[in-house]
Amino acid sequence: MAQLPDILFYVFAFLTLACGFLVVLNPFSTNPVTSAMFLVLTIGSLAGLFVLLHAFFLAAVQILVYAGAVMVLFLFVIMLLDLPAEERRKVKKAGLVLGLISVGAILTIMLQSLLQSSFSSEAAPTLEGSTIPLGRLLFTQYLLPFEIISVLLLVAMVGVILLSKKDLK
Amino acid sequence: MKIGVEHYLTVSIILFCLGLLGVIVRRNLLVIYLSLELMLNAANLALVAFSRFNNDLDGQVFVFFVITVAAAEVAVGLALIVALYRKRRTAHVEDLTLMKL
Repeated sequence: MAQLPDILFYVFAFLTLACGFLVVLNPFSTNPVTSAMFLVLTIGSLAGLFVLLHAFFLAAVQILVYAGAVMVLFLFVIMLLDLPAEERRKVKKAGLVLGLISVGAILTIMLQSLLQSSFSSEAAPTLEGSTIPLGRLLFTQYLLPFEIISVLLLVAMVGVILLSKKDLK
Repeated sequence: MKIGVEHYLTVSIILFCLGLLGVIVRRNLLVIYLSLELMLNAANLALVAFSRFNNDLDGQVFVFFVITVAAAEVAVGLALIVALYRKRRTAHVEDLTLMKL
């Protein structure tokens, strides 16, 4: 008798991979808006996987920051540019074949190394990714990276304002 | 069968390769950018899985940083794409072969 979290893992994993596939290679539409909406679904199911891994805070951040902020920004830009659906141009056969071969090789290498490594799966995981220990770690041990990240956000903000000026010099 | 770290890593690896495939196959600048996000999310999933099964919270802090950097990266990248589109009227990578605006 399978447990409920195990069933949920398979459901969310399937949803993640199916929606991820539809982001990249949607056979019905090459419209960027469709890809962006499927990426939102992928991020949502990844948040489900995070909950199954007991990383509750990260699941919330994933929904808020990724599905909320980042993807809305993406959709704004896509609709602002008013892109036509990606036209079917002649793709260079050699480049496509070489790309597929390299991706397949990387996939094979990573899955092989996963198969050959042994994980001690007997010990039941006890880590609870609740907010209080995570915040404590973030503001004590990782205080310096945290401050640097905030400076990085400031730099990105200034850069975006500079880039989006009308007369770009 | 018990769900272990290897299950999560398999999902993460396949998702990463899907993103890589999108970067290589698709020719629209914005879709390439979406595929990059897919790859970042795959890395996040691997980090959270390792964090959970190694009983170490550091992985989750790292994912927190990755999400922040990704948000900054998206903002700057999209501003660049909009600036480029204003000049060139295209988002097709094969038309964008010059660094000069």
